[in-house]
Amino acid sequence: MNNDEHERVIEVTDLSRVYGGGFEAVRGITFSVARGEVFALLGTNGAGKTSTVELLEGLAAPAGGHVRVLGHDPFRERAAVRPRTGVMLQEGGFPSDLTVAETARLWAGCTSGARPESEVLELVGLAGKTDVRVKQLSGGERRRLDLALALLGDPEVLFLDEPTTGLDAEGRRDTWELVRRLRDAGTTVLLTTHYLEEAEGLADRLAILHEGRIAVSGTPAEVTAGRPSRMSFELPGGYFLGDLPPLADLGVCGHESDGRLVRLRTRELQRTAAGVLAWAERSGVELRRLEVRSASLEEAFLGIAREQEVRA
Amino acid sequence: MSTLAWAPAGRRLRALARAELALLGRNRGVVFTAVTVPLILPFSVGPAFDRVDLKKEGLSVGAAMMTAAVGFAFLFAVYTSLVNAYVARREELVLKRLRTGELSDAEILTGTALPAAGLGLVQALLLCVGCAVLLHTGAPKAPYLTVLGVAAGLVLSAALAALTAAFTRTTESAQVTALPLVFVSMAGSGIMIPTEVMPHTLASVCELLPLSPAIRLVRAGWSGQMSAYEALGTTATALAWIVVAVFAVRRWFRWEPRR
Repeated sequence: MNNDEHERVIEVTDLSRVYGGGFEAVRGITFSVARGEVFALLGTNGAGKTSTVELLEGLAAPAGGHVRVLGHDPFRERAAVRPRTGVMLQEGGFPSDLTVAETARLWAGCTSGARPESEVLELVGLAGKTDVRVKQLSGGERRRLDLALALLGDPEVLFLDEPTTGLDAEGRRDTWELVRRLRDAGTTVLLTTHYLEEAEGLADRLAILHEGRIAVSGTPAEVTAGRPSRMSFELPGGYFLGDLPPLADLGVCGHESDGRLVRLRTRELQRTAAGVLAWAERSGVELRRLEVRSASLEEAFLGIAREQEVRA
Repeated sequence: MSTLAWAPAGRRLRALARAELALLGRNRGVVFTAVTVPLILPFSVGPAFDRVDLKKEGLSVGAAMMTAAVGFAFLFAVYTSLVNAYVARREELVLKRLRTGELSDAEILTGTALPAAGLGLVQALLLCVGCAVLLHTGAPKAPYLTVLGVAAGLVLSAALAALTAAFTRTTESAQVTALPLVFVSMAGSGIMIPTEVMPHTLASVCELLPLSPAIRLVRAGWSGQMSAYEALGTTATALAWIVVAVFAVRRWFRWEPRR
């Protein structure tokens, strides 16, 4: 087996997917994921994340383009790919009348080289729930059961479709920790999420999907680079945006005001912040709800949505 | 294929069948229908058999009732309970989840069907033994035909259940979508009325219905009145239905709920 670090474990070329009604959910996307990488597909609801992941999982055939997972077509060469992948669907997938232990036993019986069920249930904190029926589990516990079963066969490639949706803050942190440990052990992970901090904290590389196309992709740093930083504050009564020094002189490249709340976008955050604060000090003005933020994935995300709207 | 290659498939089928058996046991309504109908309904058709001349066809009332009971086992232990199971698993996204794993599509459908088919088989065996002892029908004269008929009936019932599930949106609507085959088979496939006593033209049409060949083989096994030529033709009809059903399932089966 080729364990080269740069081996392309997932290769997607000009992929498209069209549903029965003619809706084009995925419109020609191309990306690749190297062995041991965590790759995140980001996007709003309906952007095409799940439609894409299902093609990678081999659940449907693409309308156009190619998918290769571990060198095989996951739809046509199912038997070659499945023993080496683990999948967590966006929702459900377990009979509600089986217990956790029965569900794990079923899945273990269908997985070659399965680890002991108790081990993976322990890993996700469900060891104490083995006799509980699936329908009596909370939404978060069901997500964790799904994750446990995806890990049962020690997969080389893991597909996680919104793994932390429905989890509380602690469960989310535990899942992130687990994904990092898997990555460190060499597992390739492809996950979808609409939590920006999840992608920012976990992903080595990511792609932001918008209406079935990749709007931008790269490392989190690459995606946020070139995005403006933000500063926002509330002006006291009697003061208006025009009372500030000329915004262009402060390095501001865009602004919005909403009542008294002012939002500035800038590529020179320090200069903008210093200028605004110096003005406030001089004028004896107290700025409430003051926030200064470097360029983030959120800004990139919102910026893409804004740009697409303008184009449309 | 070598036994090595079959071993994992066997393990997967066992795992799925075991889970399905647990689920079957927890679905009281389905179990009640599946177990009681084939045991009780035949007695309701018993009196009707008294009025038709079965002797001429080499059939006793006991054998006719036994065949009816096996037919009911196909319809209620296997067919309707499996329509329910396939639809329920699809709507809970279980089938979709299973398809992300190592099971092949055929293994998923087969493994899900095994407990119901097993239940149908056990009922058929109990009914045969019970009738032989209680209704004094004696042993079947051509048991291999009965075995062939039971096997064909079980496989076809399961395949038709998968096909019906393809056109059924919810487990509630399964109670309606399963009815046509149940009625048509009860009336036309020789379960309530042996095709042997029907007018000739009607009988030859009814003999082409999906479950007719299986029922005919079961009955012929008891009466021993079927020529080798007839047996071959009937078996060929049964096989043709199985091929058609399997083809239709491959073509139309839905693995995910409609959205």
